Amino acid sequence: MKPNIQVAATVDAANPWATHAVRIRAIEQEVSDVASYELEFEDSAVAERFHFVPGQFNMLYLPGIGESAISISSDPDVPQRLLHTVRAVGSVTRALARKQIGDQLLLRGPFGSAWPVDLFRGQDIVIAAGGLGLAPVRPVIHYIMNRRGEFGKVWLLYGARSPDDLLYTSQYDCWRETDIETHITVDLGDNQWKGNIGVVPSLFERLQLDASLTRVLTCGPEIMMRFVIAECLAQKIDPKHIFVSMERNMNCALGFCGHCQLGPAFVCKDGPVFTYEQMEPYLNVEDF
Amino acid sequence: MQGLIDALKEDGYRVIGPQVADGAVVYDELESLEQLPLGVIDEQDGGVYRLARRQDAGYFDHVVGPHSLKRYLFPPQETLQQLQLKDGGWRVEPQQFDEPPLAVIGPRSCDLHAMAIQDRVFLEGPYVDPGYRARREGLFVVSVQCRRAAATCFCHSMKTGPRADHGFDLALSELDDCFAIEVGSERGGRILAAVDGWKPGAPTIVDRANDQSSQLERSMEQRSTTEAAPGAPKLRQLDTQDLRDLLLNNLDHPRWEQVADRCLACANCTMVCPTCFCSSVSEVSDLTNEHVRRERTWTSCFTAEHSFLTSGVVRNSTAARYRQWLTHKLSTWIDQFDSSGCVGCGRCITWCPVGIDLTEEVAAIRETTK
Ligand SMILES: Cc1cc2nc3c(=O)[nH]c(=O)nc-3n(C[C@H](O)[C@H](O)[C@H](O)COP(=O)(O)OP(=O)(O)OC[C@H]3O[C@@H](n4cnc5c(N)ncnc54)[C@H](O)[C@@H]3O)c2cc1C
Ligand code: SF4
Ligand code: SF4
Ligand code: FES
Repeated sequence: MKPNIQVAATVDAANPWATHAVRIRAIEQEVSDVASYELEFEDSAVAERFHFVPGQFNMLYLPGIGESAISISSDPDVPQRLLHTVRAVGSVTRALARKQIGDQLLLRGPFGSAWPVDLFRGQDIVIAAGGLGLAPVRPVIHYIMNRRGEFGKVWLLYGARSPDDLLYTSQYDCWRETDIETHITVDLGDNQWKGNIGVVPSLFERLQLDASLTRVLTCGPEIMMRFVIAECLAQKIDPKHIFVSMERNMNCALGFCGHCQLGPAFVCKDGPVFTYEQMEPYLNVEDF
Repeated sequence: MQGLIDALKEDGYRVIGPQVADGAVVYDELESLEQLPLGVIDEQDGGVYRLARRQDAGYFDHVVGPHSLKRYLFPPQETLQQLQLKDGGWRVEPQQFDEPPLAVIGPRSCDLHAMAIQDRVFLEGPYVDPGYRARREGLFVVSVQCRRAAATCFCHSMKTGPRADHGFDLALSELDDCFAIEVGSERGGRILAAVDGWKPGAPTIVDRANDQSSQLERSMEQRSTTEAAPGAPKLRQLDTQDLRDLLLNNLDHPRWEQVADRCLACANCTMVCPTCFCSSVSEVSDLTNEHVRRERTWTSCFTAEHSFLTSGVVRNSTAARYRQWLTHKLSTWIDQFDSSGCVGCGRCITWCPVGIDLTEEVAAIRETTK
């Protein structure tokens, strides 16, 4: 698996361990254990060079604690407003959750492959995300909104465990207003919940898809993506037109450490976004 | 020989060469000819490594030991960065590359191929590892042409030996009464010219050296038609035909479970393998947490940490980890780097405490596949 890898302008190919200093400009608590951090480069020359494509991630580094791969969740057309949405789960992400506005982090990136939305002009798009999987596809939503007329029908199918776990709830209306048909579902409702109950793949039933015109982007727990893929295949969507974002342990993001391997792929440099056609031989192999 | 060691030192190299320590031939700092393992051979088999003395053995009739060039180019532990907290901000001190360059005497053809494979990982991808590059550019290789193979060697199957034809600065062939030296690079020629007492030999010496290599090659090729002597270790070989697909089409083969019953998941095979490159970066900080070192150490796909995700470990059984190791070595490596990840050095067979032999595992899968 050897795609043409473009080294980002803010990564020095000859010394890719070098980091950039960033400061936290704003923090927004999204749900109980998830917050979005807006980061600002200390060096304005670096800020100017910084660009990313939807789907890419940065390595966020807290010295003495460690580094984590975190997707960029903001608008690719406004790279100066750089957001990461992070769930506190372990040592690095919990330490990040204790940081405050003005604190410094170090960052390397951006790394990884893109959701190839620029190739989807004139086509219909289904975005199917679960849980925190909405963060890595939000740049796609921005990208489409910024040039909505260039795309056909666009659906967003998003689900979380409970209404309290839904991300970015304040933005759904805005997405709907730009003609992104947004369907939200939860696994388990509560007293106030009047929306859908069920898993994301079950939302496919209600879509009238033109199989040849449709491109599907899915991101979330692997099990959810597998069911989304099954729905797509049932609707005769070409495996080349289904895009998945894979997650594996990441230690370097450079293809050096070996941890992120998934069959022939290094998720860090060949991915994280792959076509289902690429992943098909491995996705259903247990423990691979 | 001593003249060569001296000429390299004179030129500023730290010279490394094979010597006996703790019952094995390993690489270490070389001062003099006397440290070389003259008269020593190594007997190797699955889980077996034994040194023996042999009357007619020369300086280099041992084959490969547990060490390889990997430990010098991609050391087991390395500091990538140091950081210092100052006025609420981190100052990053980049890696220093001021160590003297190394000259290593002794790598075999398989080792040179292994180095070329690691070059692809650390130098030839989209990103370059600066430490590896600094050490690699400084490295001077004095390769040795094998005239003996261990039972565990199968470089002939992997097309990586036994004769080294490129990738060295100098290559030595040990003959009964002298060394034939082949020059592989311009600086190799320069060093050779500076060796005290060296003089060009008769062309017949070159012929004798070549004959010696061809003889070994022929005897290895004959492994497919000859049986090992009774009681002697099996002479390894590996049928590489369609090997990539053979393994990837058998990801659910029962053999993975069977080998896992014997495998201790000790990771020895990945540590001694000259091509395995997996590593982890960890943080080492002082008590005040104001000074941090980032250390890279070797790791292995046989550990749980290797595939850890907070949602669970991906490869949660020894069977899944052995399968990762073997399919990476022999199959997916080809997709990633256009070559096998195995050079047939046999180290993983020898240093496996229970003697698991990848050539046997592949043969077993092949036999039961139509
Ligand atoms: C391409 C990619 C994009 C990601 N995007 C996001 C995001 O936008 N928001 C978010 O909250 N999380 C994201 N993650 C997951 C995030 O990287 C992990 O949750 C995080 O590394 C856990 O680190 P920790 O130190 O807090 O946890 P610990 O449990 O202490 O982790 C220990 C080590 O395991 C590794 N690790 C553990 N879980 C993961 C994981 N899921 N993925 C990769 N490495 C892991 C880390 O390298 C870490 O060093 C992403 C992962 C990948 C691979
Ligand atoms: S897999 Fe075994 S035989 Fe092959 S290169 Fe590695 S240690 Fe040598
Ligand atoms: S994944 Fe395993 S076999 Fe492959 S390089 Fe890493 S340790 Fe070696
Ligand atoms: S994260 Fe290190 S090789 Fe991909």
